[in-house]
Amino acid sequence: MTLSSISSTLSRRPGIRLGLLLAAPLTWLVLVYVVALAALLVTAFWTIDSFTNELQRTFTLDNVREITGEALYRTVTLRTLGVALLVTLIDCAIALPVGFYMAKIASRRSRHLLVIAFLMPLWASYLVKALAWRSLLSNGGLLDWAGGLVGLGSPGFGFTAIVLTQAYIWLPYVILPVYAAYERVPDSLLDAAGDLGARPALTFRTVVLPLVVPGLVAGSIFSFSLTMGDYITVNIVGGANQMLGNLVYINSGSNLPLAAAIALIPIVVIMIYLALVRRTGALENL
Amino acid sequence: MRNIPTRYAASRTIGGALAALSLITLTACGGDSGSESTGAVEKLGENEGEVSILAWPGYVEDGSTDPAVDWVSGFEKETGCQVTAKVYGTSDEAFNLAKSGEYDVVAASGDLTLRMIAAGEAAEVNTDLIPNYEGIYDFLKDREWNTVDGKNYGIPHGYGANLLMYNTEDVTPAPTSWKAVFEDAPKHKGQVTAYDSPIYIADAAVYLMAHQPDLGIENPYSLDEKQLAAAVDLLKAQRASVGEYWSDYTKTQASFETGDTVVGTTWQVIANLIDPKKASVKAILPSEGATGWNDTWMISSNAKSPNCAYAWLDHISDPKTNAQATEYFGEAPNSDKACEFASEGHCETFHAGDEKYAEQIWFWNTPIEKCLDGRTDVTCTDYQDWTKAWAEIKG
Repeated sequence: MTLSSISSTLSRRPGIRLGLLLAAPLTWLVLVYVVALAALLVTAFWTIDSFTNELQRTFTLDNVREITGEALYRTVTLRTLGVALLVTLIDCAIALPVGFYMAKIASRRSRHLLVIAFLMPLWASYLVKALAWRSLLSNGGLLDWAGGLVGLGSPGFGFTAIVLTQAYIWLPYVILPVYAAYERVPDSLLDAAGDLGARPALTFRTVVLPLVVPGLVAGSIFSFSLTMGDYITVNIVGGANQMLGNLVYINSGSNLPLAAAIALIPIVVIMIYLALVRRTGALENL
Repeated sequence: MRNIPTRYAASRTIGGALAALSLITLTACGGDSGSESTGAVEKLGENEGEVSILAWPGYVEDGSTDPAVDWVSGFEKETGCQVTAKVYGTSDEAFNLAKSGEYDVVAASGDLTLRMIAAGEAAEVNTDLIPNYEGIYDFLKDREWNTVDGKNYGIPHGYGANLLMYNTEDVTPAPTSWKAVFEDAPKHKGQVTAYDSPIYIADAAVYLMAHQPDLGIENPYSLDEKQLAAAVDLLKAQRASVGEYWSDYTKTQASFETGDTVVGTTWQVIANLIDPKKASVKAILPSEGATGWNDTWMISSNAKSPNCAYAWLDHISDPKTNAQATEYFGEAPNSDKACEFASEGHCETFHAGDEKYAEQIWFWNTPIEKCLDGRTDVTCTDYQDWTKAWAEIKG
């Protein structure tokens, strides 16, 4: 087959053309996501030889029964959920005013500077950021010193530390979509609302906010799901606490099926979260 | 997308590919369990030209971390065996990697060796083919984590104890017992640390062995359900005072330096690394004894380069190499000869060859159903039970 005949075949057969074009990304998608996820799902229903760690491929509901029945998993799931919700709330609360300032108030020049400033942390390694928070929070660290000025100490390592660190690490992922959403709100709408006599607060609530919600939702999906799955920050600043990710990690060595079953918890939670979000209709406007 | 006529066909292909792929992945994971070792080799052959090694960080240094630290290049030149090394962070991680069958040699701690042997991953080692084996301390040889049913499964590398470290200013009077991290832990609420691994349960068992003899614990790695429950209770009570658990040694080092932690378990190397200007600490072997590690160089039963593997085992137990490697990691070397090559004070700091000292250490072992202390009337709790208990302790 000559080159020209190949090209003529391709031009006559759009299906082959498309297939070839999509082959590489689809293989990637299927291999990395679908197969991995399917394997995970299947593994959760297997069991393991307690001494040799060999997988035993017989269907069992033991793992699912264990994660739904035992108090440990309930406690840790609630803790993880609490952290994820708090992180999302904090990030949204910061992103709303900051995004508004960046998109609508700041001058062109300072807007660019602000975007760069908020993106900068993304260039630093996750570990560096988490470890930096460790030293901020530690005894004699910056927070300890600053807190001392107003009669408080550092919150120390633990639940609060996890929330603070995670909120910091995922903040750019929330600010960016929110900022982009504000950008798309035409200034003329704000002017019109003003001309019709609406005060700024009313304009924000009735005009701007509904248009920004999709961006906020997109951001919250990032901060929520990334926090749900994290275990490294917990290891670094979490003190004696553990989250779902840590349970997966500790079991991944000695009991893979149980680890897979635990990993199903955040998947289910995130699916519920997405379903709720979808109900609000916010996803269609993305 | 909706108008493209091949959409259905494409999705069918994806479905087919998916099914095929998942089948491949599933069967590929199969592995050959239960492959019995067929006895150790009698004679060595030609070196294969390469050897892949799985080890703790710092065990296989070829100068890429620090040009001054290199005991691999010389070996490569001498034997013609090119070394590829992979490091691991925990014994569980090592076990999963070892099962991939890609490694000829594995450096395993005692909480891993028995699992390797049971899973048929470790080959019997003929120590006669390793000239340097002879010089190794006798008390490290033929122990229950490297020799099973009279068959030897590896060469002792180095050992150390999980010590009790405390800040001399904050913790007074100076503790001499693990009581400091158990009954006395509330005195330093939030500033107590413990090793973050299921194997830490053995530390509690060592304490109970001395203080609650009616529990009848004979070996901290051999706990029946009642004994495990007692250890779990002790650790749950301790949890209220624990500021954080550690598994990364730099983390506990920093924690002691800032004062976030004032008392807890440690390794001698951490005590050595702590800047005395930042914190004044002391590490002791408490009166009850302690847990510890005693690492073994094992050969995989699926080794592609068994001859190079033997060459490596001999090389790493060469007194000079062993001195370098154990000193770099921070543990006692495996022979008196190695002490001649180690820098001054190293062997004293780490109590090398001190049998009295070693007798107080319960070296890490794998908890298994068949009680290690010889009891036959009960089944013991195994490593999986310990993992579950550990998650529960942390809550």
